[in-house]
Amino acid sequence: MKSKKKNATNSLQKATRRWGFLFMGPVLIAFIIGFVWPFIQGIWLSMCQFRLISDAKFIGFGNYVKTFQDASFRHAFWYTAMFAVVSLVIINVLAFIVAYILTLGIKGSNLYRTVFFMPNLIGGIVLGYIWSMIFDGILGRYQTSILLESKYGFWGLIILMCWQQIGYMMIIYVAGLQNVPGDILEAARIDGATSMQTLFKVTIPNVMSSFTICMFLSLTNGFKLFDQNLALTGGQPFIIQPGGTTIKTTEMLALNIYNTFYSSNTTSQGVAQAKAVIFFILVAGLGLLQLSYTRKKEVQQ
Amino acid sequence: MKEKTISAANRHKTILSVILAVVSIVYVLPVLAVVINSFKQNTFVKTDTFALPTGEMNAGFSNFVKGMTFGNYPFVNSVLYSVMITLLSTFLILLCTSMAAWYIARVDSLFCKAVYFLCVFSMVVPFQMVMFPLSKTADKLHLNTPWTIPVVYLGFGAGLAIFMFVGFVKAVPLEVEEAASIDGCGPVRIFFQVVVPMLKPTMISVGILEIMWVWNDYLLPVLVLDINKYRTIPIHIQYLKGSYGTVDLGATMALILMSIIPVIIFYLSCQKYIIKGVAAGAVKG
Repeated sequence: MKSKKKNATNSLQKATRRWGFLFMGPVLIAFIIGFVWPFIQGIWLSMCQFRLISDAKFIGFGNYVKTFQDASFRHAFWYTAMFAVVSLVIINVLAFIVAYILTLGIKGSNLYRTVFFMPNLIGGIVLGYIWSMIFDGILGRYQTSILLESKYGFWGLIILMCWQQIGYMMIIYVAGLQNVPGDILEAARIDGATSMQTLFKVTIPNVMSSFTICMFLSLTNGFKLFDQNLALTGGQPFIIQPGGTTIKTTEMLALNIYNTFYSSNTTSQGVAQAKAVIFFILVAGLGLLQLSYTRKKEVQQ
Repeated sequence: MKEKTISAANRHKTILSVILAVVSIVYVLPVLAVVINSFKQNTFVKTDTFALPTGEMNAGFSNFVKGMTFGNYPFVNSVLYSVMITLLSTFLILLCTSMAAWYIARVDSLFCKAVYFLCVFSMVVPFQMVMFPLSKTADKLHLNTPWTIPVVYLGFGAGLAIFMFVGFVKAVPLEVEEAASIDGCGPVRIFFQVVVPMLKPTMISVGILEIMWVWNDYLLPVLVLDINKYRTIPIHIQYLKGSYGTVDLGATMALILMSIIPVIIFYLSCQKYIIKGVAAGAVKG
């Protein structure tokens, strides 16, 4: 009986293998065009000087050296890091509070959930223009603009990202909170725990996996942010440093890489690709680091 | 004593409900601001952003009329290209990645494991890493039209979709497929007639994630497409800004309103699936 079943599995696998080109072919071709080949080329080009890919000349690690000497890149890095951390904290705290309230069973929960999630469907470019109109409407009364002071640009982008992302994180927290077993909450109540004690000692440790996911998501979202940054301030205001380099004070990493690629400077493409490789290592590394760190804290079940 | 705590709890809930109601109203204000400003004369958008478009400020539907040809590009074209690219890409991704995922989950070989590993790896690679070589490759292979760009989307978006489909297929028991195989069904028929119907919920989740991604995507199409000929809605809106200070804010808001109304209708009508799909996609870590 068992061997018959195994036979069926084996013969099905064999038959499936014969159709491999059909099942795997289209994805493989597209995957090579859209990811594998550009990725390999990207690593190679980061060590070349080029304007077009066809005239790339190998120059070793010169582009990486230039990247680390680039004041605008260093500024973009610290600006992005600060933005990612601040937005991570604010978004997750607010999203968790909203999710917690929504799972208490108050009236109209579904309606609120619908409203809070809605901004997620609007794209980054459109979001940027909506909020730049709103901020300028407010700041215009004080004869200033979001493009004139970098602190407005920073907090403006934080507000924009909160508006967009709180609903998204909230959904994940709600799912986590609904999975907390009712009997342990009941046990805590019977043991005389106050609602604050229950929240911090029972509920939160039990939704640690949701925290892992949300913090990972908001950190990488913060680091990879591009559309919103481009549309809201586009890096303005600019400061020209004594050495002649222009610092775009609200420019984040992704936008800095983009601007380096498509600048009029004919030797900057290689540097831009080197920046992109560093950016990739950063984003991938951060994700892995945080995952392994928060996984340890999860309650073993 | 007990009654007291219950009524206190109820009072608490009422207060929380009121707070959330207020926050929700604040939450929709930005969209409301778009609506009122799309009916306002351009010069008043900056000075009286939060005033209703009354009296001399009222522009009627002129912003919408102007918006149709605003930015030297017909808005209707960008809507058509956006719809076409989104639908074609989503269809292609769903079809091809579900087939590949089933193959990867069912055939036990080193090749499949390697492809699966590459897919997971591609999920942590930011677009900036590949954008320059990718746009050049796409140009060379003539993938730079709205009809061929779905191939690029399939290539760059395959990772997440395959990851989600493999996760689901692995949870489906083999017995049904074996039974079909014993009855003389070939793998292709098994996939389309047995597996695909079971994959439906995952298809909806993945489909919604892809629709949201492609519809709102700006950087990939702007680098791949010839933007003098083809603009999607995000590209169109970004290019309105041409040179600083010259942009007509009233008409911009009218275009933004026209581009988010379909999204909001789509959201309200498939809200259940959208929230489910997003939650499923988020748990990829």
